Amino acid sequence: MAKRGNRAEGLSAAGMRVKGSLSDKIFDMVNFFIMLAVLICIAYPLWFVLVASFTDPEIVNRGKLLFYPTKPFLGGYQRIINYPPLWTSYINTIVYTVVGTLVSLATTIPCAYALSRKDMKGRRPMMFLFTFSMFFSGGIIPLYIIIQNLGIYNSIWAMVLPPAVSVYNLIVCRSFFDSSIPLELLEASKLDGCNDFGFFFRIVLPLSSTIIAVMILFYGTAMWNQFMNALMFMENQNKMPLQVILRNLILINQASNLSTDASEVIMRQKLAEQLKYAVIVVSALPLLVAYPFLQKYFTKGVMIGAVKG
Amino acid sequence: MNKKRRMLGTLAHNWQLWVMLLPALAWLVVFVYAPMYGLVIAFKDFKPRAGITGSPWVTPLLKHFAQFFSTNIARNTVVNTLILSLLTILISFPVPIIFAILLNQIKRSRIRRTIQTISYAPYFISTVVVISIMNVILAPGSGFVNTIYTTITGNSPLLFTSRPEYFRPLYVISNIWQSMGFSAIIYIAALTGISPDYYEAATVDGANKFKRILYIDIPLIMPTAIIMFILAIGNIMTVGYEKVYLMQNGMNTVVSEIISTYVFKSGLQNAQYSFATAVGLFNSGVNFIILLICNMVAKRTADISIF
Repeated sequence: MAKRGNRAEGLSAAGMRVKGSLSDKIFDMVNFFIMLAVLICIAYPLWFVLVASFTDPEIVNRGKLLFYPTKPFLGGYQRIINYPPLWTSYINTIVYTVVGTLVSLATTIPCAYALSRKDMKGRRPMMFLFTFSMFFSGGIIPLYIIIQNLGIYNSIWAMVLPPAVSVYNLIVCRSFFDSSIPLELLEASKLDGCNDFGFFFRIVLPLSSTIIAVMILFYGTAMWNQFMNALMFMENQNKMPLQVILRNLILINQASNLSTDASEVIMRQKLAEQLKYAVIVVSALPLLVAYPFLQKYFTKGVMIGAVKG
Repeated sequence: MNKKRRMLGTLAHNWQLWVMLLPALAWLVVFVYAPMYGLVIAFKDFKPRAGITGSPWVTPLLKHFAQFFSTNIARNTVVNTLILSLLTILISFPVPIIFAILLNQIKRSRIRRTIQTISYAPYFISTVVVISIMNVILAPGSGFVNTIYTTITGNSPLLFTSRPEYFRPLYVISNIWQSMGFSAIIYIAALTGISPDYYEAATVDGANKFKRILYIDIPLIMPTAIIMFILAIGNIMTVGYEKVYLMQNGMNTVVSEIISTYVFKSGLQNAQYSFATAVGLFNSGVNFIILLICNMVAKRTADISIF
């Protein structure tokens, strides 16, 4: 009978060393290199951009940069600090994200709870209506027309309302309530005279801190990274979110010109590339720094969705 | 009569739950089903002042569709859309699975979790930033990819962003880069759920790691994979148009113009509302049909489906 310890060593029932242990070692080594390659492919571009943003443009432009800032240079960041459209859009994004996440929480969570209740009569048809929208939609033109008709074009609501409910998130939430709120709890509180509202606000919500955190993470990330909606439904440059300004600066090289002095122009050319790196760092950094702390909620959220979805 | 009263009675009994449902339902009606109704303008000649209902029907009804299919653009965009989606699905689909299987073989849990955490960092980066990073690292003079390439081969730098032949590979690669770690989470979860008894039994029988993966991991991960596959196919025609739009430039439109970007340009930029809606409807419709077919095939062959 093979003991537990033998498993790692590939011993067979007869205790004989099986060929498997050599191929296992090779496997592990190959795996090690593959994982290393994966880590490098993911981390190095990010590291490169970070380092480039602090390095003298001369060095970067000639392709001499590889691992660390050989000639530290803060000009890119100084330039950015003096570029108001970037900061306006940063603030816009923060506002849109906060408002959007709140709206999304307020619509998704109560609805998910209601749909998780087995005694909810219209449950099946409602669920169908929501899920159907995942597979077929009217497209962007009718949505654009509706937004115009509602009069919310070029306002914060055009950013916040269309993506307010993600049916995927709704299903994840519902699965959570399905599996985490025992029926006995509901029955006991009903006996005590608690109604549905009371039960939801005073018992369910306090128990749901995990799923609320997951929703904040999912919705918050989506709202922070919004781009296409802004392009379609917003008009004023000073209402644009961060991603749009980013794209203007980096992908279509469109920055508002501040002066036409010759030396300024040369300086600006030199800084043009530099600016890109610094801008990328400034916009990607918040989420990249925050996400490791929230990863517990994140993986849990994806798994809940996977199990019941 | 009694049945109606009973139904209303139970609805009223749950009225508080319905109130909780209401905001999401209102949202659904306004932002999902109203636009779906708005699809009718594909058969009309939409005039902003007249609105959706007031605009006149166009004769013949399928005029916009005919107009679309009579152009070269129709063939180009449909072909581009299909090629891009199929490439994406065929290549990006197996990668998270393989990664998850390999990661699962790492014994030290701390290393495993660190690798996993780093692997889905790109998910939190917006599409705009991903494409921006891609552009700067592929730049002819300053990007490290070209630096390495020119140092090794001595050729002049490759113009990744301006030549059309790099568009599709770059699209697929950036897709994999951004989504591999995130997509792998579901598979890793499925793999950790496999009972260790299977592995023990296999080891007793003399199976090495590779064989254990082949005969245990892969079959048990299949159901999850199939569902994810159906969902991916369901998006085949609406392939990430945000990323395509960002990667488009004047020089690569011959491969980069897909149906969704064409709808965006003709509808919102050129204000051909009815026409663009018709094209969009064609897109969504084909999408839906492909989804139904895949679902049916999966149901018949593997008894797994989403509906």
